[in-house]
Amino acid sequence: MTHVVVDPVTRIEGHLRIEAEVDGGKVSDAWSSATMFRGVELILKGRDPRDAWAFTQRICGVCTTVHAIASIRAVENAVGAAPPPNARLLRNLIIASQCVQDHVIHFYHLHALDWVDIVSALSADPAKTSVLAQSISDWPLSSAKYFAGVQGRVKAFVARGQLGPFANAYWGHPAYKLPAEANLMAVAHYLEALDWQREVIKMHAILGGKNPHLQSFLVGGMATPIDPDRQASLNAGTIAQMRGLIAKARDFVTRVYIPDLLAVASFYKDWAGYGAGVGNYLVYGEYPEKDGASPPLFLPAGVIRKRDLSKVETFDPSKITEQVKHSWYEYGGGDDKALHPSKGETKPRYTGPKPPYERLETAGKYSWLKSPRYDGEPMEVGPLSRMLVAYASGHPRVKELVGAVLGKLSVGPEALFSTLGRVGARGIETQLLAEKMDDWLSELADNMGRRDLRIHDNSKWEPASWPAECTGAGFHEAPRGALGHWVEIRDGRIANYQCIVPSTWNAGPRDAAAKRGPYEEALVGTPVHDPTKPVEILRTVHSFDPCIACGVHVVDTQKRELARVRAL
Amino acid sequence: MKDPNNWFLSELERRGVSRREFMGFCGVMASALALPKSVGAKIAAEIARTEKPVLVWLEFQDCAGNSESFLRAERPSAADVVLDTLSLDYHETIMAAAGKQAEENLQKAVKERAGKYIAVVEGSIPTGENGAYCCIGGRAAIDMAREVCGGAMATIAIGTCAAYGGLPAASPNPTGALSVADAVPGVKNLINLPACPANVENLTALIVYFLTFKKLPPVDSYRRPLFAYGKSIHDNCERRAHYDAGQYVENWGDEGHRTGYCLYKMGCKGPVAYQNCPVVRWNGGTNWPIGCGHPCIGCASPDFWDKMSPFYQHLSGIPGFGVQSNIDTVGVWATVGVGAAFAAHGVISLAKRWKEGQPARHLPEEPGKEVPEKGGRP
Repeated sequence: MTHVVVDPVTRIEGHLRIEAEVDGGKVSDAWSSATMFRGVELILKGRDPRDAWAFTQRICGVCTTVHAIASIRAVENAVGAAPPPNARLLRNLIIASQCVQDHVIHFYHLHALDWVDIVSALSADPAKTSVLAQSISDWPLSSAKYFAGVQGRVKAFVARGQLGPFANAYWGHPAYKLPAEANLMAVAHYLEALDWQREVIKMHAILGGKNPHLQSFLVGGMATPIDPDRQASLNAGTIAQMRGLIAKARDFVTRVYIPDLLAVASFYKDWAGYGAGVGNYLVYGEYPEKDGASPPLFLPAGVIRKRDLSKVETFDPSKITEQVKHSWYEYGGGDDKALHPSKGETKPRYTGPKPPYERLETAGKYSWLKSPRYDGEPMEVGPLSRMLVAYASGHPRVKELVGAVLGKLSVGPEALFSTLGRVGARGIETQLLAEKMDDWLSELADNMGRRDLRIHDNSKWEPASWPAECTGAGFHEAPRGALGHWVEIRDGRIANYQCIVPSTWNAGPRDAAAKRGPYEEALVGTPVHDPTKPVEILRTVHSFDPCIACGVHVVDTQKRELARVRAL
Repeated sequence: MKDPNNWFLSELERRGVSRREFMGFCGVMASALALPKSVGAKIAAEIARTEKPVLVWLEFQDCAGNSESFLRAERPSAADVVLDTLSLDYHETIMAAAGKQAEENLQKAVKERAGKYIAVVEGSIPTGENGAYCCIGGRAAIDMAREVCGGAMATIAIGTCAAYGGLPAASPNPTGALSVADAVPGVKNLINLPACPANVENLTALIVYFLTFKKLPPVDSYRRPLFAYGKSIHDNCERRAHYDAGQYVENWGDEGHRTGYCLYKMGCKGPVAYQNCPVVRWNGGTNWPIGCGHPCIGCASPDFWDKMSPFYQHLSGIPGFGVQSNIDTVGVWATVGVGAAFAAHGVISLAKRWKEGQPARHLPEEPGKEVPEKGGRP
């Protein structure tokens, strides 16, 4: 038995440490630990709730919109603000473009290097690479000359002897299965995607002033004025500009990302047999299609248990709890308790080894993440959960796309419950949203044409218009999964604030019943060829797209019950 | 040994970057740095001659927002070339190696390039719980920062968290978070590039400045390069004329908002915020927050989470409201409203120095000396 430590886990957001036991070439047990803590919710206490979005937005700069969205929804829910239709559309466009851009970055820049061997690309035949590329897509950058140019660039880089971010990785590891030509094609698209992501996210600059950290969110609406006859507003020109960016996004997703995903996956089909995880999937739902309290959602909410796609349960926010048995916090009533976020009670209490340390004490507390549970069970959240719930709920386009991907790879739906399934689901969702954004943009343009220029509910802007005490919840589907914010407001100030974040669901430690969190469970059974080069561990962990800064938080120590909690 | 100059020119060609395009890029950099256009030629020559300097990018109590900003570097082919002239030997969000191999890369850079590499720090550095609030590879952030910044030729604190403590250090600072200047006393050649996140144009400009002139740029009392933080937002704002004309947004989405009137009454901190956003803008010049209809929140200012908030409360006590005012008057009055400590040490002294044409301070000997004391929020 070998004890493997991967710390830092790189190509993620935040600070994650994985410890694993490897026995007979496989992971027999695993522990996921977050090693950074800031205490954002404590910082929020006493502040103006209208500012909260800006504070919580800085929980994460990768998913740079998600906490802002959840926060404004929570405060709107509390104070009774009703954002007008244009605000909903602007938000949907921001959320979807974030998701599309983020998923592509994840595939090429965070996850690809677990599957793609850059060094192998040096020995590829550019002519054969061209044939391969043209066999899977009509993307124009596919000539032998083009690939020879990319290869030459990489060769020159290597020849200089300064490998920078590509130094000392697992190149040549027997777990890399792609032919040299596929590796070269992937390297070319790694570089193209770097340019692409920078261009398409200009959507956010148009709608939010800048990216990262857009600055157009408002409790009650959005700050982006709309007026076809003004140059300081969104107008026909900016609509056209966004139309172009959406087309650029869709084009790359359809003609590069999805073909690459299928090509790479076809060499790694054994990974449909690893990384299954806890098998429970939770989705809050996203993209309101109408206004008001319980709008229809483009991606439905729901719960799937034990991989049973025949049944989708209704999501019930009251079934969410958090535990701290293995987290560096303590509960007044004992660490075996499970508390609803509305009764959240947390005191940071570090009991781990004094740094520098070699090993965590995994029998006790070992992470700054808590263990969220739904009806007592660990849940996986994220693109796979969303696509499974949509698929099982009969979403026509999702069914079509899932069917197409499974058909191309000649695998059944059971392949979805795996490391590879997460990779595939992320691609399917990207395609779905890249197609959908145009509809919301068209609705926005229609409203503009009819001179419905409302962007904000001014009636609830001034704190004097709020109840003296109120509570609210805001739910959102971030690229990495289900996100919830809970806020309590007293006399116009934040009395209590709490977030339960996708990576807390996925990366959290064991609970009081010793049930592993989703990362931990997914790692069990993962093959490890060489414990000193555990690229396979990275494959499974990266398939969740970890975002650890998001996951770590602390809630207020006061026990105040939140009143009614409703979704969206 | 290959001639680096030849290498560079052939690389340019291979990437389809013509010499003309490259010179164009250098011209843009020269203007970002507020230099005469003729300096562009010098920049081009210097970049082509320079061996790749090693960059080590550390992330501590961060959100990776500055790393993401870095990925948005504009002017693709030429900016790509410039980034390739650096060797990014350690950056957790980007690097291929993980775990032990990643740690080896860091140690290699620090040991083999001692005194020659540039350290970039993103995120604040916690001191509570013996450093257990942020550990990487089992090591406390503060321990790593001391070693890596201590051995660097220069350190860039990118983003407001690394520069001033930022969000984690906002009241009540639960983890004892510090800026680089405070966590690593005496650190050599520290440049702060604050903002939340920092604009990549300013990072690129800083690197080019360094490669071209072989020295660090002059900075203000907060160690910010003057080329990027020397003027207030208000001074360069495209809506300034509306301020002077007394035309203000009164409600979100109203006629004035749609027309692009001044956001002062909606809480804009532009008069007391110093950065080049209105000139450089964001995402390749696409837009910036005020251009999008939202007030500036002063994110490049020390302790802005405490001292610039509430973000929608307008700056108080500006005389001559609605008539012609100049920036110094507005700046003085507004800062008094925002926070005394801030006013005493920061913006006013800078504004005055600027006005009186005094030379800006170069790298201060004592780090953190003029950084205002941490204070509770109003």
